[in-house]
Amino acid sequence: MKTGITTEKIMQAVFLLAACASILCVALICLFLFANGLPPIGEIGPLRFLTGTRWRPGSGLYGIAPMILGSLYVTAGAVAVGVPLGVLTAVYMAAFCPKGLYKILNPAVFLLAGIPSIVYGFFGLVVLVPAFRALFGGGKSILTASVLLGIMILPTIISVSEAALRAVPKNYYEGALALGATHERAVFFTVLPAARSGVTAAVILGVGRSIGETMAVIMVAGNQAVIPRSLLQGARTMTANVVLEMGYAADLHRGALIGTAVVLFVFILLINLLFSMVKARRIQ
Amino acid sequence: MNPNEFGLAESGLKKSGFQRARGPLAESEAEPQGIKKAEPRSIKKESELGKLWGLRKRPQALALRILVTLSAGVTIGIVLFLVGYILVKGVLHLSPDLFAWTYTSVNVSLLPALINTVLMTLLSLVFSVPLGVFAAVYLVEYARRGSRLVAAVRLAAETLAGIPSIVYGLFGMLLFVVHLKWGYSLLAGACTLAVMVLPLVMRTAEESLLAIPDSYREGSFALGAGRLRTVFAVVLPSAVPGILAGVILAVGRIVGETAALIFTAGTVARLPESVCSSTRTLAVHMYSLASEALYLNQSCATAVVLLVLVSCINTLSIRAARKLTGDRDG
Repeated sequence: MKTGITTEKIMQAVFLLAACASILCVALICLFLFANGLPPIGEIGPLRFLTGTRWRPGSGLYGIAPMILGSLYVTAGAVAVGVPLGVLTAVYMAAFCPKGLYKILNPAVFLLAGIPSIVYGFFGLVVLVPAFRALFGGGKSILTASVLLGIMILPTIISVSEAALRAVPKNYYEGALALGATHERAVFFTVLPAARSGVTAAVILGVGRSIGETMAVIMVAGNQAVIPRSLLQGARTMTANVVLEMGYAADLHRGALIGTAVVLFVFILLINLLFSMVKARRIQ
Repeated sequence: MNPNEFGLAESGLKKSGFQRARGPLAESEAEPQGIKKAEPRSIKKESELGKLWGLRKRPQALALRILVTLSAGVTIGIVLFLVGYILVKGVLHLSPDLFAWTYTSVNVSLLPALINTVLMTLLSLVFSVPLGVFAAVYLVEYARRGSRLVAAVRLAAETLAGIPSIVYGLFGMLLFVVHLKWGYSLLAGACTLAVMVLPLVMRTAEESLLAIPDSYREGSFALGAGRLRTVFAVVLPSAVPGILAGVILAVGRIVGETAALIFTAGTVARLPESVCSSTRTLAVHMYSLASEALYLNQSCATAVVLLVLVSCINTLSIRAARKLTGDRDG
C-alpha cells in the first residue's frame, strides 16, 4: 500500500514537471536569445542598430532599419490582401453558404492551412513572380510577397473569424430581421460588429504569422537590404536577414543577426500581448 | 494554423449560423440546424441567381451579397489554382530517379530526405508527446482551479504558439548546436521541433481531457482506484482520439517545417548514421532544390510529395478528432 502512495506522489511530481516544461521553454528561449543578441546590439549601439539604414557587414555597418521597414511593409501588404478577402469569405461561410458548398469550402480552407510555407514559397517563385513581372514590372517585390503572404494568412483569418461570427448569439440577427433588415444588412451591420473582437483577434494572428514567415518570403521578396521606395521594389525582412546570412556569419556579424532575431522576437511578444488583451476583453 | 490552438473556436457552439431566413416567424426551437430549414415547402428553393434578382431593388444588400460571394469564389479559386498547379506540374516530373536509394546531384533523390523526415518526426514526438500529454494531465486532473501555475502555463503555451519558426531555429542553434555542442544533428533538430509543437500537443490533449465527463472519474474513484490509476486506466484511454488528433496535427507541422531545421539539423542529404549526424528533411530538401534554381522540375515533384503527405496527415487528424466527438454523441 505504501509503495502505491509513493508512486502517486512521484507521478504527480512528474506531471507537475511536465506542466512546467513550457514555462521553462519560454524562459530558455528568452534567455538564449537575449544573452546572445543584446551584447552585440550594445556593441553596435542600440540606436545605430535600430535606425541605421545601411547593412554592410563587410564594412562594419549594421543598421537593420531596412529590414524592420521591410517586415512592416510586407506585413501591412499581407493584411491589406488577406484580411478583406478572409473576413468576407468567413462571412460567406458563416451566413450565406449553401450547405453543399460549405462541404467544399471548409476542407479547402483546411487544405490551405496545411500547406507548408516552403510550398507556398515555391508557388510564389514559379507562378506569382513571373506573372507580376509581366503585369507590373516588379517580379520579386513587396507586392508579390504581400500577395503570397496574404494568401498564407487566409486560413487563419477565415477560421478564426468564422468561429467568432458563429459565436454571436442568434437573437442579434433575429432582432435585426424583426426590425425589417434584409439578411445581408442584418449580417453586416449587427452580426459582424458583434463579432468585432474575434475578427480583431484573427487579424492579430494573421499579423503574427506574416511577420514571422520566413521561407516563403525569402523566395519572392527579392531580399535587397535597402529601404524600399515603392511596392514594386524588393525588400528584405528581418526573418530573411537571419536565414540568408546565418550560414556564414561570424563574430559581430553573427551577433547582429541574432540581434535582428531579438528585435523580431520583441515584435512577436508585443503582438502576443495584444492578442491576449483582445482575448481577455472577449471573455469579459 | 489551427484556430483551436488559440482557444478561439468555441467548441460548444455548433454550426448554428445565420443562414438566410425567409420566414423568421416560422422558426422553431426544434430546428437547431438554423433558420434556413424553416422555409415553407410550397416556396420553391431559389437559385443563387434568383436570390440576386430578388434583391434588385435593394442595391446595398445586392452589393454586399455579390461582395461576399465573390470573396468566397476568389478563395476557392486560389486554393484550386495553387493545389492544381503544383499537382499537375509536379506529377509529370515524378520519376523513379527521385526515389533512388542515395542522393546524387544527378538524380536529386528525395528518398533519403523522406526517410529523414520520418526519423525526425518520430524523434521529436518521443520528446514532445509525453511532455505535452503529462502537462495536460497535470492541468486538468491535478491542478486546483484558478491556480497561478495553470495561468502561467497557459500563458507560456500561448507565447510558444506565437513564436515564428525561425526564432525556434535560432534558439535551437544557440542552445543545442552551440551551447550543448551537439553540432548540426538529428537530435538538435528534433529537440527544437519538440519545443515548437509542445503547445499544440498540450492544448489539444488538454481539450480532450476536459471533454471526458466527470462521471468517468467518479466511477473510477468509487471502484477504489487511486488518482494515478484513474488517469492511466480511465481518463487517458477515453481521450486517445483527441490526443491523437493533436499529435497528428503536430506531425503535419513537423513535416512541413523548414526554417527551424536549417540551422539545427543542417542540410546533409544522406541517411543519418546516428542521432548526432546532420540530416535534411523533405521540406529542407525542397528548399535547397528550389533555391538552386537548377532543379525547378524536381522541386515541383518534391512539392507534390510534400503536399500530399501533409494533406493526408491533416485529414487523418480531422478523422481522429471526429471520432472523439462521434463517440461522445453516440
